[in-house]
Amino acid sequence: MDNLKAVIETLIFVSDTPITEARIKVILQDIKEKEISSAIHSLIREYEERDGGIFLREIAGGYQFRTGETTAPWVQKLRGQKPGTLSPAAMETLAVVAYRQPVMKSEIEKVRGVDVSGSLRGLLEKNLVRMMGRKNVPGRPIIYGTTRKFLETFGLNTLSDLPTLREFKELEG
Amino acid sequence: MTSTAYEIKLDIFEGPLDLLLYLIKKNEVDIYDIPIALITRQYIEYIDAMKTLNLDLAGEYLVLAATLTHIKSRMLLPVSEEEDEEEEDPREELVRQLLEYKAFKEAALGLDRMKILGRDVFGRDYAGDEFEGDAQTIGEIGIFELVEAFRRMSFDTGQKELMEIDIEKISLSDRINDIVDELEKKGECTFTDLLGESSNRRRLIYTFLAILELMKLRIVKAYQSVPYGTIRICLAGE
Repeated sequence: MDNLKAVIETLIFVSDTPITEARIKVILQDIKEKEISSAIHSLIREYEERDGGIFLREIAGGYQFRTGETTAPWVQKLRGQKPGTLSPAAMETLAVVAYRQPVMKSEIEKVRGVDVSGSLRGLLEKNLVRMMGRKNVPGRPIIYGTTRKFLETFGLNTLSDLPTLREFKELEG
Repeated sequence: MTSTAYEIKLDIFEGPLDLLLYLIKKNEVDIYDIPIALITRQYIEYIDAMKTLNLDLAGEYLVLAATLTHIKSRMLLPVSEEEDEEEEDPREELVRQLLEYKAFKEAALGLDRMKILGRDVFGRDYAGDEFEGDAQTIGEIGIFELVEAFRRMSFDTGQKELMEIDIEKISLSDRINDIVDELEKKGECTFTDLLGESSNRRRLIYTFLAILELMKLRIVKAYQSVPYGTIRICLAGE
C-alpha cells in the first residue's frame, strides 16, 4: 500500500477514542503488523518534529491526536466554559484507587483517614473509577479499580505509566 | 478573635491526617520524632475552633484527637527496664499512617499536575468528557432518545403557533396500523421518514405516540448509531 501512512493517519483522526494497532490491523488486513507499527511511529515522530498544535499520542493502549499543552487557554475560550476539575478530596481518593487497585473502600478510608463515600460516588459517576467485583472475604466488600477513561483522561498508556509513588522509603533514611 | 483565619485554614484540610501534617510542617518538627504534647495541644485547639465556628466536625477528627491523647499518655509512662521485649514507640503506628497519607497526598498532587484531557489537552472531539458507548456500533435506543428526536422534529416543522381547528380525524390505532403497514412494505424506516409525512402537529404527536406504543408492545425496535444520529425503526419480529 503506497499510502499506508496516510490511511493510518486518517483512521486515527476519525476515531473518537484511541484506536489500537489491533483495530488498524483488522481494517488493513493484508498489511503486516510491523509495517503498521513502524508507520505509526513514523507519524508520531513527524508530529513531534513539526511541533505544531497537534500531536499523536499513545493513550490507553491506542493512538489519538491530542493538542499540545500551550494552547489550552484558547481552546477553553472557544468552548466558552471552564474545565470541570476534581476536588482535592476526589483527587486523593482517585490516587489511592489508582495506586492500590484492586482496593476496598475501607482501605481507601484507612489511608485518607476520612469517609470517602462522597468522593468515591463522584468518581464512579465520572466513570474514572469502577467496581471490579467483590472480594471473597466476609461481607463480600466491593473492590474498586480505575477505568479506561481514567487512562484517557490522564493521558496514560498503561497503569504502569503512573509516576512512581514515593512511598515510605524515607523510614529507613 | 482570629476566627476568619481559622475558617479559611480549616476549609483546606482534607481530613484529620491532613491537619496533623499541616501542624507538623508549621512547627517544623521531625515527622519521626513528633513532639506529641505540643502537637496534641495544637490539634485540639484547631478542632475546638471548628466547633466554635459550628463547622460540621467530622467524627474522624475526634477519633484522631483521642488517638493523640492516648499516645501522649503512653509517652508519659515510665519505660520498664525489666521487660526485655522491645517496647515500641507509641507514635510508630501514627507515623506510619502519616507517611502513607503523605505519599498519597503527593500522588494526588502529581495526578493534578498531569496533562488532563479537557483541561490541559484536548482530543479532536469535544465530547471527550462525556462517556458514550462505542459510536461505531448501532445501539438499540430507549424512550429518551426518541423524545429528544421528537422534540427536534417538532421544532423543525417551522409551523406558526396558530390555533387551528383540526378537522382531520385520526386515531392512535390508525397511526399504529399505518406505521406497521409501512414497515412491512419497506422493512425499515427512519424516525424522520415516519414523522416527516405528518403535516400538522396533531399527526406528528399521534405518530410519535404510535411509535412509543409499538415500542412498548415490542412490535418495533428503534436503533441509533450515534447520539443525535438518525433513528431507524424496524419491526421487532425480524
